[in-house]
Amino acid sequence: MAFQSIEDILRTAREKKIPLWRILYEDDLEDTKLDKVESLSKMSKTYQAMKDIYEIYDPTHLSNSGLVGADGARMEKAVRQGAAISGGFVGMVMVNALKMAESNACMRRIVAAPTAGSCGVIPAVFCTYEDMFHIEEQPMLEGLYVAAGIGSVIAERAFVSGAAGGCQAEIGAASAMAAAGLTYIRGGSNDAVAHSAAMALANLLGLVCDPVAGLVEVPCVKRNVIGAVNAVTSSDMAIAGIRSRIPPDEVIDAMKEVGMSLSPQLRETGEGGLAATPTAIKITKKIFTKK
Amino acid sequence: MGLFDIIGPIMVGPSSSHTAGAVRIGYVTRQLLGEDIAEAQIDLYGSFLATGRGHGTDRALVAGLLGMKEDDYRIPRSFEIAKEKGMRFQFGEALLKEAHPNSVQITVTGVDGKERTIVGSSIGGGSIRICKIDDIETNFTGDYTGRVIYMYKEDMKLSPHTKSKLEEYLKKKEQGAEAHGISVN
Repeated sequence: MAFQSIEDILRTAREKKIPLWRILYEDDLEDTKLDKVESLSKMSKTYQAMKDIYEIYDPTHLSNSGLVGADGARMEKAVRQGAAISGGFVGMVMVNALKMAESNACMRRIVAAPTAGSCGVIPAVFCTYEDMFHIEEQPMLEGLYVAAGIGSVIAERAFVSGAAGGCQAEIGAASAMAAAGLTYIRGGSNDAVAHSAAMALANLLGLVCDPVAGLVEVPCVKRNVIGAVNAVTSSDMAIAGIRSRIPPDEVIDAMKEVGMSLSPQLRETGEGGLAATPTAIKITKKIFTKK
Repeated sequence: MGLFDIIGPIMVGPSSSHTAGAVRIGYVTRQLLGEDIAEAQIDLYGSFLATGRGHGTDRALVAGLLGMKEDDYRIPRSFEIAKEKGMRFQFGEALLKEAHPNSVQITVTGVDGKERTIVGSSIGGGSIRICKIDDIETNFTGDYTGRVIYMYKEDMKLSPHTKSKLEEYLKKKEQGAEAHGISVN
């Protein structure tokens, strides 16, 4: 991958005068052994794998530990009954984030984007948008290339794992990716795309990785909701003309710095934050002593 | 990271390191043995040992040993499938020195009696490293193209089989062949 910065991507787009998604698509073809058709086909298959979960979601299914499951269905009921004042669109984004993250915890087949723990963010934003606004597949796939491009820069400049940088590196990265992709699909300028990612990531700086009992369940499932909703609001701000005061690449660098200064207790060791609460300790004992 | 490493892999959850990576280690172990597995002693280390059960690491490893890949929806049922196929397995604790926190040592016996011990680590995002094959230290990613690169030390004690394979490789290399490595079988 040639891009070390979001600025690099934008500058290339200005020079080549081609759509943002193409910059990333064509650059990736150089690295992988895929040809133009294979790449699109793979992206389509990947997107379909995300959608498949929503077809097979089972509200009676709980994770092995019993800690998560069924909240996607609860949220959906509330939304359909008009009880969720977040509104129809955001309400369904929440539903879809919960469903996907729960499915991951229940050992279903998901798409790591960028990780399994944050797999609910991009599908919640993309699939809900496609559904509600009746978008064709091609624009959605283009949005995924844009999202992936942003994610690659974050992985390159910082990290995309909770163990390395805390939840800001997983949910934060996923949120930035989803914001960028969504803004692109909505017709936002390249600048708006980049800034939506910057704002999304900046909003989640410092988010810790504190999995209860070391499982990708609590608080991971619900954090997919904040990641998804944060992407939507960041995209709205960018479309409204709002810009991040701190340029996108500097936000990524800040995320890296914050991640490195997080104590190991807050980086996927299950030793700090929510994982160290009295309730969490009780839960952990219960799970790991039952046969 | 390539775009499809960021949006991808398609995998059975919950964790790219503790589930998908574990499946890959099991899968590569089976490939390195070269035959169906009759019995497996699976010794976990570090984080794999501590949180493996919650992440399905145990089921993931068995799934890989059965030949499943990381996106196989049968992974959660691998224990039952192993029983159906007659593959026996047992879990224990590995005594490894300074290994990656997500590591496992697997000793497998094939249906035709062949034995092999593999040490593998899951280094994040679904990527793995195979660190040891029998008595040889290795460092390769185990992706599905099946290339095996050995780091060979002159004074290493090798089994006769491995030694002859290595000599074959070195001879080919001397002759200027584009040998990227050797296949274990």
